[in-house]
Amino acid sequence: MMTVFGIPAAALFGQLLLGLINGAFYAVLSLGLALIFGLLNIINFSHGAQYMMGAFVAWLLLTYAGAGYWVALAVAPVLVAVVGIIIERTMLSRLYKLDHLYGLLLTFGLALIIEGAFRQLYGISGMPYAVPKELAGGWNLGFMYLPIYRGWVVLASAVLCLGTWFAIEKTKLGAYLRAATENPALVQAMGINVPVMITLTYGFGVALAAFAGVLAAPVYSVNPLMGSNLIIVVFAVVVIGGMGSIMGSVLTGFMLGLLEGLTKVFYPEAASTVIFMVMVVVLLIKPAGLFGKGA
Amino acid sequence: MTRQTLFVLVLLVLALAAPFGIYPIFLMKGLCFALFAAAFNLLLGYVGLLSFGHAMFFGWSAYVTAHAAKEWGLTPELAILAGVALAAVMGAVVGWLAIRRQGIYFAMITLALAQLMFFLAVQAPFTHGEDGIQGVPRGHLFGLIDLSDTLTMYYFVLAVFVAALLFLYRVVHSPFGQVLKAIRDNEPRAISLGYQVERYKLIAFVLSASLAGLAGSVKSLVFQLASLADVHWHASGEVVLMTLLGGVGTVFGPTVGAFLVATIQNYFSEAGSWVTIIQGVIFVVCVLAFRSGIVGVLAPFLKKRGIQA
Repeated sequence: MMTVFGIPAAALFGQLLLGLINGAFYAVLSLGLALIFGLLNIINFSHGAQYMMGAFVAWLLLTYAGAGYWVALAVAPVLVAVVGIIIERTMLSRLYKLDHLYGLLLTFGLALIIEGAFRQLYGISGMPYAVPKELAGGWNLGFMYLPIYRGWVVLASAVLCLGTWFAIEKTKLGAYLRAATENPALVQAMGINVPVMITLTYGFGVALAAFAGVLAAPVYSVNPLMGSNLIIVVFAVVVIGGMGSIMGSVLTGFMLGLLEGLTKVFYPEAASTVIFMVMVVVLLIKPAGLFGKGA
Repeated sequence: MTRQTLFVLVLLVLALAAPFGIYPIFLMKGLCFALFAAAFNLLLGYVGLLSFGHAMFFGWSAYVTAHAAKEWGLTPELAILAGVALAAVMGAVVGWLAIRRQGIYFAMITLALAQLMFFLAVQAPFTHGEDGIQGVPRGHLFGLIDLSDTLTMYYFVLAVFVAALLFLYRVVHSPFGQVLKAIRDNEPRAISLGYQVERYKLIAFVLSASLAGLAGSVKSLVFQLASLADVHWHASGEVVLMTLLGGVGTVFGPTVGAFLVATIQNYFSEAGSWVTIIQGVIFVVCVLAFRSGIVGVLAPFLKKRGIQA
């Protein structure tokens, strides 16, 4: 059997793949956080809860409507985004003129409500969600066994991140968005409806989280607590990467996922803390974050 | 005698008489929460720093005090001192790291560091994981006063609480406290006036962490238990809630908020996740409609009658 540094290669690559999957979720979630923060100046604490909602909508669709994975992948982000848009219109929009901390507190409260409600309804034991049959099984690559679904998660997330990057950096709509991030008043004066743009951006960020949730459903079980543990790690990822650049957040997410996977192989005790340790080091060396600008 | 002194005296008499009407353990829980919230309020209310990780000081001090009292057989005051000392050291390190960033980043960094300390508490053998440190002896204060008597324990907790609140009052109304408020209101101006803002923030952070630790230490003796719940991010969120509900930047607000949150916890303790949902709703209502908190709303009425809340 092939080994790397005394670790069986199959185990090493298996953990690396799991790391990549986690990294994909970090990337998609921190991308959404960065987008929302750029335009709304709010750190969306309910991002984790919205990711969890994505997974739950997929499970509910399957259980009560018989709608499968592919339908869920299309429908769940839209449904959760609609909830997000309602939240933005009725609550968040009242806070834009206040200290940014209030947005954090409000979305924290919303996260508690959502998580508490799902816990009350479905308990905390977690529901299994089967891998769709098109993506079941795996390939033997020689050095490792690749479950197709896991490969799909990494691929789909990477495509999603690249697509978002392209839409923001290379299209006209993206240019409006970047301009509104820099100076909303001026963009508004040019005749662009900034409030609508803000609402749609929040909806899109939330949809990204829900999409990640659907992707996660077959990998982890569907559990009301799946979001809150993830979001704190994603906060650390955001501090490490800085929220200045889209590609920055995406790369940081994938890199940290890989690092976590490696830690699981070589020093499992530190696997749950390694990202926070990296955050400490980055704060010491480059307080603004790897790709960040300013405070 | 001014109305202010009269007001404080009335509160004090009420606090002294309370255990004869209300379940003392509940009162002590409220007082520990209140001290925790008052410590947190020093940062949010007077320096404008939102720490989302204060449970790490509360919970880790609880562990150290519990361990010191149970395994090392230290007297309660020394066990508490050990807990507070740890919180102060942690506060210095965490504060030193977190004040490198401002606003929202500060909140995220403290939350992430608290999560780091949570996982360390899960893994460290002396915390006994899910079980926590159980059956912590309350011991004899200074080797003399037996704290296993609930009423004696209550007056001890009350004494600690009043002393800590007086200390905080002193800090906030000192020249040092004035500088803190200046930093809160306009940091660039405070810098341009020549104040070493970072140093002030760090000292405030260490003070706040130490007092949060004191609250955790006392709590572990009251309940004779130190557990993961005290280091969990939920506890960090709860202390924010208490302060917000009672009134950020008021002297008595955190106490009012703490007792309300403790009441909700007790009242709904059998009702599963409802506590979480209600706490979430209070957060949302406070932020949207009630940003000055209960004491903040009452303050103008009290002020007309010569009482500063």
